[in-house]
Amino acid sequence: MRPSSLALGFLAVLVAICLFIFGHFFRLTVEDSPKVTANRALVEKLGLTDLALFTEARYTRHPTQADLHSALQDHPGAFDHFPSGSLLPPPAILTQSHAHLAGKTTSPD
Amino acid sequence: MRIWLEKQRHLIDFTLASLARRKTKNIGLLLAYTLLVFVLASLTLFTQALRTEATFVLAGSPEVILQRMVAGRHDLIPPGYLDKIGRIRGVQKTEGRLWGYYYDPVVKANYTFMARPAEEIADGHIMVGNALARERGLALHNTISFRSYAGKLFSFEVSGVLSPDSELLSADLVLLSENDFRKFFEYPAGHYTDIALSVANPQEVRTVAAKLSSALPDSRPILREEVLRTYQSVFDWREGIVLTVLAGAILAFAILAWEKASGLSAEEKREIGILKAIGWETGDVIRMKTWEGLLISLTAFLLGFIAAYVHVFHFGAAVFEPVLKGWSVLYPKFTLVPAVDGLQIATLFFFTVFPYTAAVLVPIWRAAITDPDAVMR
Repeated sequence: MRPSSLALGFLAVLVAICLFIFGHFFRLTVEDSPKVTANRALVEKLGLTDLALFTEARYTRHPTQADLHSALQDHPGAFDHFPSGSLLPPPAILTQSHAHLAGKTTSPD
Repeated sequence: MRIWLEKQRHLIDFTLASLARRKTKNIGLLLAYTLLVFVLASLTLFTQALRTEATFVLAGSPEVILQRMVAGRHDLIPPGYLDKIGRIRGVQKTEGRLWGYYYDPVVKANYTFMARPAEEIADGHIMVGNALARERGLALHNTISFRSYAGKLFSFEVSGVLSPDSELLSADLVLLSENDFRKFFEYPAGHYTDIALSVANPQEVRTVAAKLSSALPDSRPILREEVLRTYQSVFDWREGIVLTVLAGAILAFAILAWEKASGLSAEEKREIGILKAIGWETGDVIRMKTWEGLLISLTAFLLGFIAAYVHVFHFGAAVFEPVLKGWSVLYPKFTLVPAVDGLQIATLFFFTVFPYTAAVLVPIWRAAITDPDAVMR
């Protein structure tokens, strides 16, 4: 067999696998997965707000529920104890609430 | 057309023979290239799937959560708040939630305790998340004791283990009855951790939140859209952090590819000179080298992408696990539902396959237009 047939055949197999993966995605969405719909039902039933990805501290376990100072609970400007802190930004809502107030107060601070 | 195809196949045959002459170098390049695509594609697929799943699942979370703040800290909701909120127009349903954290010194892990109505869980019973059950070796009808923060020992019977499929959400959950929760944490009667609200008209959520803020100035409403936005930004940030860490590797590969592709070795120059001397046209040499670039970069891209797919969706992104795990003892085992963003993959394709193929061409064109005699010498 010619080397070109081998090489092109190999590439064709890889392309076919990729097309299958893509075809699979376009047919299937998260809504079709019984696992994910069951999880959504669990969220609705228990009223969950966060993923259990980081369980070591309250502001990494529930980033959406954390208060403004939880990441700096020991003293202002304290370095983060937990490695997840470097993977997890402060929630946007927390930083935005400050931006929200800036320049909008009627009385001087 | 047939002639053209046959010509291309001969060019590919020749290219493969030429690549085989520098086997070790080219296999090394292919491996490094595949590895780079694998890491980048894994990252893209992982964050995209996590983002899609989080958005879909958390769309079912409460529309508004109301917390009470005291001196910048989350505090308990005192009695009377529920009634005040119930009177605000637009609020359909209010539910006082009871939840909190418990540190288990046995496995050095944090659990999330959450109270459920008596009809779901009887007093003295708990339902636990699968990761917790695995870590503590719990099974149905086992008894487990926790020492409360007041120092009292409480024993519970495990009446259920939450589905392993829901670990991403419930890894550390302990569901117990309201009575048990209040006794365990010595919660004052009538107090709640926070309040979950549902709003009759979804368009009014912001108005209701504004009314809540003015009626209860010490409260902080958290809207569902903010929860979803937080998760979007969490995954964007995480992807960005890993990309930053990988930037060194990406640059190193760029230098390697550029060096390999643009700096022609004396042997390669001689090869081009001989080809030209025996009658190959400049166009043929360029075509042959284009095939060389395409074969290497396409194979690396496709192999890297397929390996990344298997890694993320069948092996639970095992390579990233230690990074994501941080210091948490309870880490959920989860398989994500495949979700691919075509645009992201196209971008990855464009930034990996095209630069390499293009980098191959420039020096070849330069060598191919020079006199064969000068090149061979």
